Amino acid sequence: MADQNPVPVLELKDITMQFGGVVAVDNLSLQVHQGEIVALIGPNGAGKTTAFNVVTGVYAPTNGQVQFKGQPIAENYPRGKMEKLYAGQNKGAYTATICPTPDLITKKGIARTFQNIRLFKNMTVFENVLIAKHMNMKAGFFSAAFHLNNREEDQMREESLKLLEMVNLLDLKDEIANNLPYGKQRRLEIARALATSPDLLLLDEPAAGMNPQETEALTAFIRQIKKDFNLTILMIEHHMNLVMDISDRIYVIDFGKMIAAGTPEHVQNDPAVIAAYLGVDE
Amino acid sequence: MKLNNKRPYPVLSVAALIVLAILLIILEMNRNSFGMAVSILQKSAILAIVAVSMNLLNGFTGLFSLGQAGFMAIGAYVTAIFSIPTETIDSVYYTGGLAPWLKAMKVGLDVLPASLQIILGILAGGLVAAIFAALIGIPVLRLKSDYLAIATLGFSEIIRAIISSPQMDRITNGSYGLKNIPGFALGLDFLPAGIGTLLVPFSVAGLCIGFMVLVIRSSYGRAFMAIREDGVAAEAMGINLLKHKEISFIISSFFTAVAGGLLAMFMRSIEARTFQISLTYDILLIVVIGGLGSVTGSVLSAFLVTAAKEWWLRFFDTPLVIGGVTIPLFRTGFRMVIFSLLLMAVVLFFRRGLMGNREFAWADLLSWPRRLAKTTPTGPKTGKGGKKNG
Repeated sequence: MADQNPVPVLELKDITMQFGGVVAVDNLSLQVHQGEIVALIGPNGAGKTTAFNVVTGVYAPTNGQVQFKGQPIAENYPRGKMEKLYAGQNKGAYTATICPTPDLITKKGIARTFQNIRLFKNMTVFENVLIAKHMNMKAGFFSAAFHLNNREEDQMREESLKLLEMVNLLDLKDEIANNLPYGKQRRLEIARALATSPDLLLLDEPAAGMNPQETEALTAFIRQIKKDFNLTILMIEHHMNLVMDISDRIYVIDFGKMIAAGTPEHVQNDPAVIAAYLGVDE
Repeated sequence: MKLNNKRPYPVLSVAALIVLAILLIILEMNRNSFGMAVSILQKSAILAIVAVSMNLLNGFTGLFSLGQAGFMAIGAYVTAIFSIPTETIDSVYYTGGLAPWLKAMKVGLDVLPASLQIILGILAGGLVAAIFAALIGIPVLRLKSDYLAIATLGFSEIIRAIISSPQMDRITNGSYGLKNIPGFALGLDFLPAGIGTLLVPFSVAGLCIGFMVLVIRSSYGRAFMAIREDGVAAEAMGINLLKHKEISFIISSFFTAVAGGLLAMFMRSIEARTFQISLTYDILLIVVIGGLGSVTGSVLSAFLVTAAKEWWLRFFDTPLVIGGVTIPLFRTGFRMVIFSLLLMAVVLFFRRGLMGNREFAWADLLSWPRRLAKTTPTGPKTGKGGKKNG
């Protein structure tokens, strides 16, 4: 437990996400504190990415609340058709509805990467990063269209170049994103997320498809950006080496429910976790 | 790419513009002997505006919209109502007469010179289309790909049906259409007599396309392209999808309607049938042939397609006699067969259109002879030369 700051950066309260009759995330509560690296692990189909999508506004939760730095950013309760169908817990505990779109969540300071890389494939490395600067632009449409915001535009470009330099991609800036090797594409996707100047970074399987060397480089990279950008990180990952190496705390979920939480050592020896991953003798 | 700044490319661009202007003026002076060329050039310039605005939406923002004919109809009708001289308007609306409020507006506007009324009409047409675009965009732009195409197609047909409906008789003259619309040279009286037939459509096209290029090169243009590349990722980068799609849709519709206004002036008389779906397809054809995501491609192809379809292939429409034998296929309509074959060839050999998603660059043009000499068909043909650097 790194930091005991009373207000967590991210807090999920009783989040339930139900699709029709399927409860993908069941009453999940977790906290991520300032400066921590927290991992969310679990077998395939456990609901990890769904939980991410709830935090980033892709889905509105069926029930529960998401708080960012103490402020509720998403909240919902079973309504309409879901009122009868609802199979989760804590029904009636929440009464407000806040359903932001993903771009609003990003503006608040939560950036993410995707499980299967989603770069702007036919654009250059530089443009990929530069686009992330668009959301903070102050110039209106017409002043941007007539290029009256030169100073702002120059500043956006300068910041992007600086960011590319910090993540060691500056020499590739004019390369088309799709032509980069896989590891660099992952790195670029993280760089692009960093360009939105987030406080909290959500990484969805950053090491997916990487060999051990690449994974090692990624581990170092995550540590470095966490330090350089003063980040808090929540990540989903399957590479246990990476997870055990880098995480301050780990949450384990299975079938949408949290089955264990704690330090890497604690989680590694938890019988419920072993059962979920390896199965149990009948 | 990096050497570009040291080369005389801007000078070349200015020189090319001046040569173009001189050519246009020469053509204008002798337009009686070059009637066909002049009218093809007028139509091409007008279609170039629509093609670029369709490309902004379909090629750059990735929204497959087919509402162009509807927006052109709006622009054309508004421009026509504004520009038909008030003295002759009663003879145009000979069945039911013009609605009193429109009549009052026209009488009120008569304090302005006729040319200003036309300019106002074109702008008003664009604004009306932009308002329509903003309103229908809210529900429609949430749809994706084919569904968006069908919804916009439907909108375009609805506009056409409304225009020709009897209930609109006193505004749009129903199915009778509007005539007596002043042309480019006649209507704009501030120009010296006889000048304008070409300069007016070309300069309006230059302004409109220039503005759209500025938009594409701005931060908003990059956001549009991000939406085209990956909407989910763009949204995760803080880009408000609906807002940016709306902006793109509104700009595109505005300029489509401006082009519609010019088309009304070009044709001198319009009716609802002019704005059938086939008009949209003609423009889609131009955009695809030019290359989705290439402004210069759209402009180039607007001229090539129009000229080929209406002029260069005329030859096939007249009976051909060689040595006393009449070649059987050469008759009216055969030109369209050849045109379709040419289109197929272009699509087969240039899968991504003539220009792909590249833009015209002097560097490419100047290095062309060298590259031809090398004849490396698969080599540096694509991807080289950078995107936007004129």
